[in-house]
Amino acid sequence: MEIEAAKQIGAGIAAIALGGAGVGIGTIFGHYLAGALRNPSAAAGQFTNLLIGFALTEFTGLLGFVVAMIILFG
Amino acid sequence: MMMLATDPMHQFVVQPVLELPTLFGIDLTITNAALFMIVTTLVTSFGLIALTGRGAMVPTRSQSIAELLYGFVADMVRSIMGEEGRKFFPYVFTLFTFILVANLIGMFPGTYTITSQLVVTFALAMISFTLVLITGFAKNGFGFLKLFAPAGLPPLMYILIIPIEVISFLSRPFSLAIRLFANMMAGHTLLKLFGGFVLSLSSIGAVGIAAAVMPLAVATAVTALELMIAFLQAYVFAVLTCIYLNDALHPTH
Repeated sequence: MEIEAAKQIGAGIAAIALGGAGVGIGTIFGHYLAGALRNPSAAAGQFTNLLIGFALTEFTGLLGFVVAMIILFG
Repeated sequence: MMMLATDPMHQFVVQPVLELPTLFGIDLTITNAALFMIVTTLVTSFGLIALTGRGAMVPTRSQSIAELLYGFVADMVRSIMGEEGRKFFPYVFTLFTFILVANLIGMFPGTYTITSQLVVTFALAMISFTLVLITGFAKNGFGFLKLFAPAGLPPLMYILIIPIEVISFLSRPFSLAIRLFANMMAGHTLLKLFGGFVLSLSSIGAVGIAAAVMPLAVATAVTALELMIAFLQAYVFAVLTCIYLNDALHPTH
């Protein structure tokens, strides 16, 4: 196989990381919403934690992006 | 050369805007990235000076915008670091407004998004990381190393926990930098990609122009999303800096 073709396929495979990040971010916001509807008065205090969880989860997806970039241009 | 006009990565190319001579081995040429970094600094500084104006006791409409921004960051610093964090407020406020304004300026068509450059975000992250190290060692001395060894574990667990904590601590600047850079870069690539779809579809005739409405609608929706992400990423960067500084102030978990 051509090395260039293999690189393109590899970069495409690295995008699978998005699936995991999507599930994770959905879980975080879904559970926040579920908790916030049960106890709306406590929701505002947990907003910072929500965004930290979101940022950490999103980072795992972005690592996939970085891997794709390294494969393509590294 | 149709490719160049719609190439989504072309917007990130650093080009010289104003050629200047090399002085003492430092190339003084102003690139588009440097130009927009200067613009960001000027907009932030003079924008806040113009907004606060005379500093009236009863805020005018423009002054209350600046006070809203100030209060937002001050609440964030106080809720995470407590009263002790007051001395870090100027740094966190500068960081937040710089990233926010840089992201928002990047949303204007034809501008350059400086936060989409890894070197810019990594420099910002390293400033935060260095500040955490200096604060931690200045305040706690070698007690700062307790951050890597949480109390109350069985002794055998420390063999496992300490390397994990060290690695997670050292990866902080990378995660801060890559998060901001990748978010801005991916978002702007997406915008340009859908813009390119509109262009190439509408160039094939009447059917294409009718079909181009769809990518145009998506591009509009993505623009709204990008405006939210511009704010969210500035907020996340500032919040994480606050949390890391709080670790430096109180290293025992």
